[in-house]
Parts: sequence; structure tokens; C-alpha cells
Amino acid sequence: MRRTRTTGAIALAATAALTLAACSSDDGGSGDGGDEGITIGIKFDQPGLGFMEGDTPSGFDVEVAKYVAGELGYSEDQITWMESPSAQRETLLSTGQVDMIFATYSITDERREQVSFAGPYFVAGQDLLVAADNTDITGPDTLDGKNLCSVTGSTSAERIKEEYSEGVNLLEQPGYAECVTALVAGTVDAVTTDDIILAGLGAQPANAGKVKVVGNTFSEEKYGVGLPKDSDQCEAIDEAITKMIDEGAWQEALDTATEGTGYVPNADLNSPPEFEPCDM
Amino acid sequence: MAEYLDIIREYDVLGAFWVNIQLAFWAAIFSLVLGTLLALLRISPVGSLRWAGSAYVTVFRNTPLTIIMVFMVLGAWGQLQLTLSSDFNVNFFWLAVVALTVYHAAFVCEAIRSGVNTVPVGQAEAARSIGLSFLPAARMIILPQAFRGAVAPLGNVLIALIKNTTVAAAASVATETSSVMKTMIEFRPDYIYAIFFTFAIGYVILVTPVGVLTTSLSRRLAVAR
Repeated sequence: MRRTRTTGAIALAATAALTLAACSSDDGGSGDGGDEGITIGIKFDQPGLGFMEGDTPSGFDVEVAKYVAGELGYSEDQITWMESPSAQRETLLSTGQVDMIFATYSITDERREQVSFAGPYFVAGQDLLVAADNTDITGPDTLDGKNLCSVTGSTSAERIKEEYSEGVNLLEQPGYAECVTALVAGTVDAVTTDDIILAGLGAQPANAGKVKVVGNTFSEEKYGVGLPKDSDQCEAIDEAITKMIDEGAWQEALDTATEGTGYVPNADLNSPPEFEPCDM
Repeated sequence: MAEYLDIIREYDVLGAFWVNIQLAFWAAIFSLVLGTLLALLRISPVGSLRWAGSAYVTVFRNTPLTIIMVFMVLGAWGQLQLTLSSDFNVNFFWLAVVALTVYHAAFVCEAIRSGVNTVPVGQAEAARSIGLSFLPAARMIILPQAFRGAVAPLGNVLIALIKNTTVAAAASVATETSSVMKTMIEFRPDYIYAIFFTFAIGYVILVTPVGVLTTSLSRRLAVAR
């Protein structure tokens, strides 16, 4: 009896493992898909950049991803979109679950240890989102005594803590939706992260007209295309991005994503963004 | 390895665990008090009090802790201006303790009630027959025996509470473990597996003694019947 039970448990565990394995190869797409499709990681919760409504992704990241995939020879229906939250991006790439990532992915040296980058296709900067009628917050130096909201564990929150936290009350929330809720409710005076993400949040119908981006950036975030370590596609992707900018499709996608917010990206850094060397 | 130890020191991983231990400590004390009161309500002879007790348990046992945490920040603090400390960050620590308390009190209540069920009805009848009313009978006869029978389930609640302190990240307690882990993964993805295992092992070290202790206590304290 004892043995039967153990065997049963092993069988159950094996079945569970097989089921899980089956799941991951389905999601991966790279396994049986081969050259027939491509899996691209995006954010699902950043309106204006990477946003999923039903099965339809929208946003600037998505438009650039579609264009680049097109140049690499994949039509739109060959793309499988996969959510890639910040904390999982390196793992998704190194385990081959996604082929490339367009998800407000700033190029840093620590990340280069794990993954490779093409691009950047955009250079964002940390900025502040405030109520539309706010005039006393004009930049990071005017935050003394104010309540500021950012996302737990984000680069933006850490920069505020290290460089400005003396006089700032920092509220850390799990997501930007909570931060914007608190901003619209008046509990916090400002929300901080990359300017283009703020513009996307401000362009949402629920917030339109209530908030504005200050437009005084205090960092440089180079949004790269995340690739598996030592990928050979970096140069081809850089060419595709160059072509997209030259054709005007890049500007068009940017304008659509941030329509109605009056947001203007940092022109010095984005005309066009300067590529990082591919062999790093 | 040496570099990784530097990273652990830089991000104050031990300090993060200390924050979670403090959260668990205060929430454990308050939820034990509140849970005992709720258990008294649930075994009281007055129908409306029993109803109030079971209504509380039903509501809070079935509400996700994350939602209570988010409510404490966006609702209780954000809209109702509830402030528990004049220090901006300490305020969130106590809001998180309140959320952990109201949630786990429901489970403490049920653990104690399960302990009450181990006390034979004859004990309550004997207490009544010597002229004790409900509260003295509960205090002197029923609860002391009930707690001894409830050690193991209370230990399980405590273990759940320790692990649930990580949900305080949702209440802007940014110095606790899951927030620090998020920050570390954001900035040092080159050590992602080491970071993950550090925190996983940290919780095993933290929680295992509680399990061992309550199991042995529950054996030693059980009332032989």
C-alpha cells in the first residue's frame, strides 16, 4: 500500500511536470514555431507604449516592434505578443521564451551582462506628471515638502531616493495606475517616471485634461531592443529603426501615442537617437 | 561571490528582513487580541454578537490582503486622511500593520474557535453549575484550554502572517523584502538567481523555527483527555 502511494505521487508529479513543460513550449513559440513566427515581449499595462486591450496591442513600443519585425521578414500575423514585466525581462530572453523585447527597456551595463541590446529606438528622460492647473512644480528641485508617487523598485523611485529624497515624501505603489489615481484624487502632488510613460498615462481618456507632463527631464533612459545574449540580429534591427525614422513612420507612431498631451520628446537626444555599438 | 555579498550589503537585505519581522511582530500581537475578541463574540450566548463575529470573519477572510493594503493607502489614508504617524514613511508601516491585523484576526479567530471545539461541553456546563456567567467561564475555564488546543493552527496563522508581510509593498512600505528584491532585480539583473535564492532561503530560515516550535508546543501543551 505504501509503495503504491509513493508511485502514485511520483506519477502525479511527473504528469504535472509534463503539463508545465507543454505549457512553456506553447508560450515560447520559438520551440515548434521555428522560422515561421516571432515572439515579442511588450508591456501590457503602459498606455501609449505597450498596452493590451483584448488581443490588440497598441502603443509606440508596439508600432516600432511591428516595423522592425516587418523588416526582418515577419508579417504582423506571425508575431506572438507576450507580456514582459520589468522583473522578468532578462529571464524571458535568456530562456528563449521571447525573441526580442520592446518594453521601455533602458540599456544599462548590468543588464548587458545578461542580454544584448539593439538601438536605442528612443531616448526618454525622467520627468514629473502633475495636475493640469499646477504651476509650482517645475522640476525635481521644486518638490520639497511635496508628496511624490512612483513604482516600487523602479529606477525612477531609486533616483528620487538617492538624489532628492531629503525634502520629498515618496509614496511607492505597485503600479502607475495607483499613482495616477492618487494624483487625480489630490493625495499626491506629482507622479514620476520616464516622460513618455507619463505622456501615455496622461493621454488616457480617464485622465485627459486633468494632468500634464512638466517637461523638465532629469535623466537619460535609452530604450533598447532586448535580445538574447550575443544575438546576431542587432545590426539588422538598427537598420530597420533607421529606416523607420527616415520614412517618418517613427514620428507618426510617437505622435499617435502621445496625442493631446502636448508632450514633446527631448529633440537633442532623439533626432535621431544615437545607436549604441552592437558588439558590446 | 564577494561582489554579491557587497550587493546584499548595499541594498540592506538584512534590514529588509528586519522590517518584515517588525511588521509580523506587531500584526501578530494585535491580531491575537482582536482575534480572541472575535472568537468570544462567535461563542457568546447573544445571537447578534455571534452574527457580528461571523460577519467579520466572512468579510475579511474572503477579501484578498492586497486589496486591504491598497485600500489602506488609497482609501483610508488617501481619501479619509487616516494618519497613524507624523512621519510620512512610518505612517505607511502602521497602515500596513492595520491591514495585516484586520486580515489575520479573522484567521486567528477561527484558529481559537477550533481550539474551543476541543474543549468538552461538560467543561462549560460545569462552569455554569458553579455559578460562573459567560465571561468568567470563558476567561477561566474555556479559553485556557482552547488556547492549548489551538497552538498548531495559531502557528499556521503566524507562518502565513510572516510570509504575508511582503504584501506591505502595496502599502508603500518600500524597505521590506519584496520591495528590496524588486529593486535589486531592477538594478542587478546579472545576479537575478542569486537574489531570488537569497530571499527564498531567508524566508525558510525565518519560518521553519516557527513551525518546529509550534508543533512541539502543541504536543507538550495539549490537554490529555
